[in-house]
Amino acid sequence: MSNSGLTDTEIINRILQGEAAIFAQIVERYQNFVFTLVLRFTDNREDAEEIAQDVFVKAYRSLADFRGESKFSTWLYTVVRTSCLTFLRKKRLDTTSIDNERTFLQLENQQSGFRADTIETKSRHAMVNEAIRLLSPDDSQLITLFYKGEQSLEEIGRIMGLESNTVKVKLHRARHRLKEKMEKYFSHEVRELQG
Amino acid sequence: MEERLWDYIDGLSSPVERSAIDGLIAANMEWQRKYRELLQVHQLMNGSELDAPSLRFTKNVMEEIARAHVAPATKNYINKNIIHAIAGFFLTMITGFLVYCLGQFKWSGHSSSNLVEHYNIKTNLNAEIEKFNWGKVFNSAYTNIFLLVTVVLGLMLLDMYLQRKRQENRQKEINP
Repeated sequence: MSNSGLTDTEIINRILQGEAAIFAQIVERYQNFVFTLVLRFTDNREDAEEIAQDVFVKAYRSLADFRGESKFSTWLYTVVRTSCLTFLRKKRLDTTSIDNERTFLQLENQQSGFRADTIETKSRHAMVNEAIRLLSPDDSQLITLFYKGEQSLEEIGRIMGLESNTVKVKLHRARHRLKEKMEKYFSHEVRELQG
Repeated sequence: MEERLWDYIDGLSSPVERSAIDGLIAANMEWQRKYRELLQVHQLMNGSELDAPSLRFTKNVMEEIARAHVAPATKNYINKNIIHAIAGFFLTMITGFLVYCLGQFKWSGHSSSNLVEHYNIKTNLNAEIEKFNWGKVFNSAYTNIFLLVTVVLGLMLLDMYLQRKRQENRQKEINP
């Protein structure tokens, strides 16, 4: 993730001393993850990019209040979550039912867009990402934070406002639901992987 | 079974539990099958890729923050002079209150170097103190509210002071 030798705390201190331009390193370091997390809530790339941009601007404005009691990434992901929930409340988006036939057909169309010579790894990643998108925003965010966010159960609990034991239970259930979705909508790919 | 296997895969099991599950996986086909199934899901999720925003994303963010500024830390919003003024006000109130209470005593006595007279004055003073109705002072609603507000403000000032000290110490650790 790091694109320079500086830690997050060192970068923040330099920004607070007036080197605003160095904030670009923070953006590059976390943009993919923030964008992915936001996409779990909106499923629309334009909205996701707008929200992700807003997250970084809010984080920049509030940098002086980052006390260093937790990792910067944990603090940033809390801003992500708050921004996403605010966006959802404003737009009053429906969380598409995971068994919605229309959603499945959309996925089918996307899947058929893959060329026959797509490498096996890319197909597998696409399948997993699509399956994660079928989950509820909370489940998909939880899985993304655990597997991609380098966050412990306690840190995820802090982000989502839950006890770490509750996070563990929710994670188990989210993975179970993910497995079910993969078996239901991607049974062919799952069988190929099993060999 | 699934919960135990997930804890095993995530590395959250205790050493005792780990070796018990190792044994179960080795000896039991059901456990073995389930373990392979869950491990595969785990590996798939570990291998999943992040989505990337547009190439202009960083540039867009930096253009946006060029218009913004880092808000000063909350502690800097507060003007220290105001805090000193409030503290001064309450100290004055407390002092005035004490002066008022002490003014309720009858301090009159004879000026005499005679030890007996001096002793009598002291005894009178003690009697006056005992006669003074402290309940009238401390049972008053105004007094109670005043004391409560003073205590709360005192605690807030203490918290702000300790918070500032901690920030300074942290700064010293980062920039020795």
